Amino acid sequence: MIRVALLLGVLICASTGGEIAITHGMKSTGEPERLRPREILVFLGRALRNGWFWAGVPLMALSFYSLLLLLSWQPISFVIPASALNYVVGTLGAKYLLHEDVSPARWAGVVLVCVGVLLVTAG
Amino acid sequence: MAHELRIRIKTLVMILAMVVCANVGDLMLKRGMTQIGAVQVSLAGLQHAFAATVTNGTIWIGIAFLTGFMLSYMTVLSWADYSYVMPAGAFGYALLTFLAVVFLHESVSPRRWVGVALICVGVLLVGQTRPRTTEVVVREVTA
Repeated sequence: MIRVALLLGVLICASTGGEIAITHGMKSTGEPERLRPREILVFLGRALRNGWFWAGVPLMALSFYSLLLLLSWQPISFVIPASALNYVVGTLGAKYLLHEDVSPARWAGVVLVCVGVLLVTAG
Repeated sequence: MAHELRIRIKTLVMILAMVVCANVGDLMLKRGMTQIGAVQVSLAGLQHAFAATVTNGTIWIGIAFLTGFMLSYMTVLSWADYSYVMPAGAFGYALLTFLAVVFLHESVSPRRWVGVALICVGVLLVGQTRPRTTEVVVREVTA
């Protein structure tokens, strides 16, 4: 069970860290002017030249492989409820690392979503 | 006001695209990994698992959907807060439950309905906050 807990820790830290790095990269890339294929390709090209994006990718890959490994050990009804913790860890990261303004309403929403996901995915 | 509304609609459309791609992708991955069976943590076991995953068609369909998810995710994060997009994406769990009831006539436990209600209230709470709370960074124009 220790290896499951460790791998879950790796999964949560890697996915939150990766998403925070990618969000930071996307914010400095700037949004596409219009949501048309051409503009999106130009946007993608800009994003792929961003260092923060490439800092996020290996972390996302690590979280992807820990998810695959966890899913092969444990049923999905354990893995997904446990990863509901992501919502709280991610919001803390958004507040302290990305300096987003997490209002009390947003915090309340995040906590409800986290408990809700836990209940839904646990069956 | 019209500008604010446009950002909200644009954000919601992208989150919907994210939710659909992520759920279909995850379903395909789970199906593919079930075909492969439990992975043994040893060098030979991991080598076998790697070979089995890269040659599995279902895994590749899952990867295609997850690529679509990644693209819509990257796009929406270029203007919206991470702490807005991430909880709003949980709407997918509620959507999956409704689809399971309507199309597959699955019975859903009371506990799961409570979870769906909590997710819906949570997403509504997050949804009524401003999608973007950080400053817009003016992109440097490089020659």
